Amino acid sequence: MSVPSATAVPGAGASARRGSRAAGNRERAPAGTSRTAGYFFVALYVALLLLLGIAPVIYAIYLALSDSGGLGSAFVNAFNDYRFVPAFEHILEFMLIWLVSQTIFVVGLTLMLHNLAAQRVGATFRFVFYIPGALAGAASVIVWLFMLDPSASPFASVLHAFGYKQFDNTIAPGNLPMIFAIMAFWTGAGAWIVVMYGALNNIPHELIECAQMDGANAFKTAFWIKLPLIRKWVVYMLVLSFAAGTQLFVEPTVLGSASLGVGVSKYWSPNQLAWFVASQYDQVNEAAAISLVLLVLGLAVAALLVWRGRLFEVE
Amino acid sequence: MAQSRRYGLQLVGIVILLVFTVFFFVPIVWLFLAPTKTDGQLLTESPFAFGSFSTFAHTLHRIVTYSDYSLLIWLKNSAIYSFGGTALAVIAAIPAGYALALTHFIGRRVLLVITLVVMIMPATALVLPLFLEINKLGLYGTIWALILPFGFFPFGVYLTYIYFSATIPKDLLAAARIDGAGEWRVFWHIALPLAKPIVALVGFFAFVASWNNFFLPFVMTYDNSQYPVQIGLQQLIGSTASFNPANYTAGSSVVVLHRPDLAMAVIIAIAPVLLVFLFAQRSLVSGMLAGATKE
Repeated sequence: MSVPSATAVPGAGASARRGSRAAGNRERAPAGTSRTAGYFFVALYVALLLLLGIAPVIYAIYLALSDSGGLGSAFVNAFNDYRFVPAFEHILEFMLIWLVSQTIFVVGLTLMLHNLAAQRVGATFRFVFYIPGALAGAASVIVWLFMLDPSASPFASVLHAFGYKQFDNTIAPGNLPMIFAIMAFWTGAGAWIVVMYGALNNIPHELIECAQMDGANAFKTAFWIKLPLIRKWVVYMLVLSFAAGTQLFVEPTVLGSASLGVGVSKYWSPNQLAWFVASQYDQVNEAAAISLVLLVLGLAVAALLVWRGRLFEVE
Repeated sequence: MAQSRRYGLQLVGIVILLVFTVFFFVPIVWLFLAPTKTDGQLLTESPFAFGSFSTFAHTLHRIVTYSDYSLLIWLKNSAIYSFGGTALAVIAAIPAGYALALTHFIGRRVLLVITLVVMIMPATALVLPLFLEINKLGLYGTIWALILPFGFFPFGVYLTYIYFSATIPKDLLAAARIDGAGEWRVFWHIALPLAKPIVALVGFFAFVASWNNFFLPFVMTYDNSQYPVQIGLQQLIGSTASFNPANYTAGSSVVVLHRPDLAMAVIIAIAPVLLVFLFAQRSLVSGMLAGATKE
């Protein structure tokens, strides 16, 4: 899944940056604390971390390396699998559409909302944009099945304008990256708008007033003053969305349950492919290898952010 | 001249905002109106027409009783997995965040950094390795295959860590310790009562994440009696005539669902999370802004 799960993370990343700063401080024991108390309080969490965060990774590495074909053969099998490259091409195309449109629209809408004089109206807009986040998962896919079906959709006129008369026209294989991008944008954009708006509110009023006194209009202020100040949030959104996008699973899986969706294979995305070879052919080694490729992508992105967090704080 | 141009730009801005409002809001309005109509009415009437309350009641009855009350079984499962996972997440995360913020122990920094990394990494990246491990451990098909992973919630640990770091002065705890309070009493009687907002926040986030999760239950459950409602929804698509006409043969005894039934199921499935969104909106937003507003 989880393009939408990205919405749970924004605060996380914000805190991530602060955390690495806090973590950077030298340890100093507060007066009178015992060290054992700390261990006691973190014990349950550490147990879960080891069992459910670390152990599965180690086990996957073990499986990927212990294939009967010899060391590394699971990876060779995965890379040579005729479904491997198309799966990555699919998500690449999906992410290109999603990340570009999400960046433009989220930044654009946030700046527009921030320019609105009426606070109430702005808050209402943000709330409306944010609500679809509650439908993350299978629910949003079903909602969009309805929206993309020209026979019943409230957007029927738009679909007709594109020449789509029937449901299977709309969900033709070539359209899938676009469709998944729309679904991801619909559920996730609102939360990012809320986050960016919060970041914009931290810009000192004097700065904006200065710019206006110097003759900058609303558009110039937005472009030259506000945009550079939220730039790091845009980067942050892009990086997190990229990580989430590589994991695409729910959307193609649920869309595939509509048998009219003949174009959606059971191994459209890499995560689907990993599950497919594990569940259908019991090739757990190859599945583990594919998962590790995805895991490395996710880890690299996480490490980059934590590391970048240190760069940010120097500013 | 300059003034009219400014009004022109504003007008364009408002039009764009309205277009996006339509994009974000129309699907939800449509979804809530669909169960008030029959499938035929959905095709012939305006998408925003209201059908009738009796049709709504009829749709509700159809979907609830469908396939031996499957929907209720799925909701019960979702509740078990989500509340179990949330309870575990809170019990594990609150003391851990507290210890990371306000106590001192060797390995604290390492634990903090690992927590950060695991938190930022998409949780879905771990699903398949987890499936392989859970399978190996013999937990596949039990409720623990879902409750344990839902209870592992680094984001909650981090939120708690930020909260305790920002709100509770270390001097306060030091004073209590000098007065002879043990570590456990300091946590239980001083820190925890001050931490109610963060307990609620971690609970909300853990609940929403668990309830909406699809991939994990998709690989961890294998029959109708175990499915949470997210997987149930996917099953329902297979029984919906307009999406799977091949499954529908005239005269067959299989009860076939129609679009309004499926829309009703979606509404019921998202209701708990939607309520959290509506009533806890402020806390959810403040959580997402945990860092953003305190730069």
